[in-house]
Amino acid sequence: MSVSSATTEMVDPVPGAAAPHLPQQPDLVQLLTPEGERVEHPDYPLDVSAEELRGLYRDLVLVRRWDVEATALQRQGELGIWASLLGQEAAQIGAGRAMADGDMAFPTYREHGVAWTRGVDPLHVISLFRGVDNGGWDPIATGFNLYTVVIGAQCLHATGYAMGLQRDGAETATLAFLGDGATSQGEVNESFIWAASFSAPVVFFCQNNQYAISVPLERQSRVPLYQRAAGFGFPGVRVDGNDVLAVLAVTRAALTAAREGQGPTFIEAFTYRMGAHTTSDDPTRYRLASELEEWKLRDPIARVKAHLSRTGIADADFFDAVEAEADELAQRIRSGTTEMTDPPGTAMFDQVYAEQTPLVAAQQAQFEAYQASFEGSEH
Amino acid sequence: MAETLTIGKALNLGLRRALEDDAKVVLMGEDIGRLGGVFRITDGLQKDFGEDRVVDTPLAEAGILGTAVGLAMRGYRPVCEIQFDGFVFPAYNQIVTQVAKIHARSRGRLPMPIVIRIPFGGGIGAVEHHSESPEAYFAHTPGLKVVAVSNPADAYWGIQQAIASPDPIVFLEPKRRYWEKAEVDTEATPGPLFASRVVRGGDDVTVLAYGPMVKTALQAAEAAAEEGRSLEVVDLRTLSPLDLDPVFDSVRRTGRCVVVHEAPVTLGLGSEIAARVTETCFHSLEAPVLRVGGYDTPYPPSKLEEEYLPDLDRVLDAVDRAMEF
Repeated sequence: MSVSSATTEMVDPVPGAAAPHLPQQPDLVQLLTPEGERVEHPDYPLDVSAEELRGLYRDLVLVRRWDVEATALQRQGELGIWASLLGQEAAQIGAGRAMADGDMAFPTYREHGVAWTRGVDPLHVISLFRGVDNGGWDPIATGFNLYTVVIGAQCLHATGYAMGLQRDGAETATLAFLGDGATSQGEVNESFIWAASFSAPVVFFCQNNQYAISVPLERQSRVPLYQRAAGFGFPGVRVDGNDVLAVLAVTRAALTAAREGQGPTFIEAFTYRMGAHTTSDDPTRYRLASELEEWKLRDPIARVKAHLSRTGIADADFFDAVEAEADELAQRIRSGTTEMTDPPGTAMFDQVYAEQTPLVAAQQAQFEAYQASFEGSEH
Repeated sequence: MAETLTIGKALNLGLRRALEDDAKVVLMGEDIGRLGGVFRITDGLQKDFGEDRVVDTPLAEAGILGTAVGLAMRGYRPVCEIQFDGFVFPAYNQIVTQVAKIHARSRGRLPMPIVIRIPFGGGIGAVEHHSESPEAYFAHTPGLKVVAVSNPADAYWGIQQAIASPDPIVFLEPKRRYWEKAEVDTEATPGPLFASRVVRGGDDVTVLAYGPMVKTALQAAEAAAEEGRSLEVVDLRTLSPLDLDPVFDSVRRTGRCVVVHEAPVTLGLGSEIAARVTETCFHSLEAPVLRVGGYDTPYPPSKLEEEYLPDLDRVLDAVDRAMEF
């Protein structure tokens, strides 16, 4: 049996990435530093109005508050599980706000921030984690597909949908979400091949949050993830995933290219999952507290607030108003969750098929008769 | 208009008609375009309908099914060819976790009108993975429908009906019978897709089969008749949902039932059918429902497949056992 290493030192897969005090990685697109300083990037000019900046800040604060409330609701037994987006707000808001009407997002199960930007009611996401349904929103009307739990399966759906857009002559694109772990899935690699071969209008948006539950990135890849795209024949870009402006600019450019017929782009949003994988997880078993402390210095919301304050784009009244709105949202989520009713048992039979089979119809009738047999009795 | 067609040609004409009737129909698969498929089922279709409607895909089955899901979400009706039965498993994840579940997951907002064509079964002297009968995996999966055709008329109409269906359908084609001929009336009004059919009347034993085994069952019935035994043969046609009412009617008359398929017997379709026939016809049965199928071994090298596959004699042996019980 081989022993890989006697040391317990953490191996940094991307030197400098996890240490904000080190010089910035040359390949990382950044438009807003962790200190809130606006910087330019030659390939990604971004005109963003004061109102848009305030709007992005509001998005970030509200989705974090939603996330915190959902975690609390899970702890109180109101949700079966919750997959926290803490730390990934900028990646999700930036990507979501880069989308245009008619674009279609294909999320994993953690894209609550993107859901927010598509106008999905948070309670329609919460209902999934409460076990009421598999997501209560209309995927086509919102341009936001239902959550896909099998890792990476949605990348092929996004590619196929993009091939449909292509056939329809639609000037829209799809945005496929995936994580760093998903890049190891065969289906994800197949989606890259399809997208490249058919020059499909799809953008692959990978949130590299450094861990696939407990397994660090170096087990998934020997090279930085964005470099893989070159092997498939399309551009790969690494963006500071904690910088909402950079994510917005990079995703917007990639979606524009896709809509214009230039084919796919792979975006690696370099970020960090500040919380656990889900409420069932214990990250202290696989990562060091010091790492978390380092990433806190790169917080996606603090830098926007610093920028807004420093430039005078927003004042204390604005920040207070956003906080008050966040509290209201949290209250609405809390009461909406606890008031959510369980679906009727017969619902499980209703949509198995578009044309129900005699077998399922018979089982439904049998179930209803069985349930009815208890009526009036104490049980 | 009646024409004499092979099963393969009937499928080709059925696909052609589906492509003509609905601009949203898209054929996808490995080698189905320029080559016309390894069995030539899609011969000539790319030439006439173009590369966007008859798509030579990259060589990855999960990719075929996964992109079909996205196309279906966008309103297309993908018809996916899996080149051989044993190659469906790379796509198994997409079929079982996505194709089968998306309609229910979305509370009916996202129909999945996808047809998965699979040439299935053995008897062609092929190497490993080219002779399998994977139907039970799909029949066990809620959300999928599974049909198996046995003759040119069902091939011609069935493929069109499957494509028109709003639900995902695994469409099993009896590859060793692709070259069997029969007359097909291409102007007739077809019967329902999800219905079994009595293909030979009889009084002594009800024999159930589907796909390539229908011919075997009919041959057995012919041989049995020479010995004075009368077998009723039912072509099941639809494996999920099963249409067993005609079977129950038959078994109530004959009191005996034999199920034949190439797939291994354990937890094959025969197991479910035996259970349901027993539940429904218990008081009419003169003998337990017997199953004739492949052995519970991996499909053997082709020099052994004649021993592995049910044939006329093994069907008759089961008939004897049912009669003697």
